[in-house]
Amino acid sequence: MNRIDQRFSELKQQGRKALIPFITAGDPAPQYTVGFMHALVEAGADIIELGVPFSDPMADGPVIQKACERALKQGTRLVDLLDMVAEFRQTDTTTPVVLMGYLNPIERIGYDTFADKAAAVGVDGVLTVDMPPEEADVFGPLLKARDLAAIFLVAPTTSHARAATICAHGEGYLYYVSLKGVTGAATLNAADVAEHLEPLRGMTDLPLCVGFGIRDGATAAEVAKVADGVIVGSALVNRIAESADAPDTIAAQLKQVLGEMRSAMDA
Amino acid sequence: MPDARGHFGPYGGRFVSETLSFALEELEQTYLSLRDDPDFQAEFDRDLAHFVGRPSPLYHAERWSQALGGAQIWLKREDLNHTGAHKVNNTIGQALLAKKTGKPRVIAETGAGQHGVATATVAARLGLECDVYMGAADVERQKLNVYRMRLLGARVIPVESGTRTLKDAMNEALRDWVTNVDNTFYIIGTVAGPHPYPQLVRDFNAVVGREARRQSLEQIGRLPDALVACVGGGSNAIGLFYPFVEDDDVAMYGVEAGGDGVETGRHAAPLSSNAPRGVLHGNRTYLMSDEAGQVSDTHSISAGLDYPGVGPEHALWKDVGRVNYVAANDNDVLEAFRELTHMEGIMPALETAHALAYAKVLAPTMRPDQHIVINLSGRGDKDIMTVAKIDGIDI
Repeated sequence: MNRIDQRFSELKQQGRKALIPFITAGDPAPQYTVGFMHALVEAGADIIELGVPFSDPMADGPVIQKACERALKQGTRLVDLLDMVAEFRQTDTTTPVVLMGYLNPIERIGYDTFADKAAAVGVDGVLTVDMPPEEADVFGPLLKARDLAAIFLVAPTTSHARAATICAHGEGYLYYVSLKGVTGAATLNAADVAEHLEPLRGMTDLPLCVGFGIRDGATAAEVAKVADGVIVGSALVNRIAESADAPDTIAAQLKQVLGEMRSAMDA
Repeated sequence: MPDARGHFGPYGGRFVSETLSFALEELEQTYLSLRDDPDFQAEFDRDLAHFVGRPSPLYHAERWSQALGGAQIWLKREDLNHTGAHKVNNTIGQALLAKKTGKPRVIAETGAGQHGVATATVAARLGLECDVYMGAADVERQKLNVYRMRLLGARVIPVESGTRTLKDAMNEALRDWVTNVDNTFYIIGTVAGPHPYPQLVRDFNAVVGREARRQSLEQIGRLPDALVACVGGGSNAIGLFYPFVEDDDVAMYGVEAGGDGVETGRHAAPLSSNAPRGVLHGNRTYLMSDEAGQVSDTHSISAGLDYPGVGPEHALWKDVGRVNYVAANDNDVLEAFRELTHMEGIMPALETAHALAYAKVLAPTMRPDQHIVINLSGRGDKDIMTVAKIDGIDI
């Protein structure tokens, strides 16, 4: 069983919701990323989304754009991320890792080669922001064949017909984008989120996780009431940005921010 | 024609984040329902005639042809359009679509500023709110157009991220659209972007080629032997080429920005440098990127061609060999700019001068009874500052 499915089935038994932090790999420099991943797990992360830096992150707001710029300045490549996951797996064999990014770096490596390497190092899922299911007819089956989950987004603007297609192709979990906008934009509206999640429950058994606009323990707890998982990115990446000059202090800060969310969600 | 999901062979498609899928489906439906609607076409044709000033002339550049000592050169005068370039053909069409969808706000990306000016112009005419994203480096080198847009009532938003040029302006416009998709229509200026943009921008610009074809038959007495147009994203080239695609005897040349020279790596010529395939701004195409898949910096004297990708239909035409894609270097472009200005009294945009630079190579290899039609896609007023700076003159 894929680690993601395993993790959600454990959480369900425990009556808990998934906390899913996102950080951009290589930010502020590649040698810190694996340490950050372990720190996030210690603070209560159930799944880690590792951002693949890209020169043109069209769906991201300024916080993650700048994270990409810092990581790229340090020369972080997709192949380096795969090495990071391999290193992470030396001491953590249970926490699922999802690579999240844009399609072009994967196109350059080649779908087959990427899928082989990702599976070999212990990646569990791949979320390609600019690849909707309609364009995933080649890549999707290659992931599936290697037990890698193809994770897709659902947005407030997604029609019911499209949502059904996405549910049919999606694996691992559904990533519900809580607002119209880029990452790190406004604060979400939990009632609005609940209203949009409701019809999805009738279409799929996939866990529904919510991202975009989760800033603190309070918003995390609110979302955890209506969703199966809470995804937090910009709030963490902001801390990395603020302390990019003092990278040794970052892991502790990430633990503090995420720990606060964990406590609020479990309270 | 692309397939139902906007693929031109392996190129094109709709590679966007989920939030935009709905807006693109809506745009596709609107476009497909209006494309063959006689009332819509009549309104479009009326605007092109009375607001843009079409048809634009096909002008025989006799003096320049003689000087080059080969084929006869004909210029399709898109520079004489209202706002001074071919870009307005497309913005008129998309503004009509925006009007039909009832959205009160339009946004655009722009490189040289021609598409931004054309968008600000139609927005002023229809009373739409208008925001134009422009790379900060381009804001600096195209000051005249920036002020023109502001006079027209548009807000020009300088983009400081990435390479601060056209591709970054497009990123930012897409971010705006994701956020304001309910009330905003995105007027894309080139034949790139997610489906259905490459198709609809082509269709709105194809008026250039339809006129040129008819005018060639009237003025030359037959179809031309060759067509030449500059290619950044590729909208003016596709506008000229598309109506001639089935005319096998008409050779076609798309001229990309060679910058310092394709061999130096400092250029914006994804097709003629044989860049790898990649995905950016919603479509798969030839895309200048490094081995890790990061999009490369581009270099060109002209802001309008300074783009790492190219429209997907051009990518397909390269593969099937229908169009020859070549590059012109900055130095040759400047020489062609000066030559046409001196010999014909027509000052071309630096983008357009890429096509002229290649015509200087091509024409002497042909006979005087052969004919080349060049898309004179824009006028050069906006580039006077750039050229003056190169000449060491402070205006």
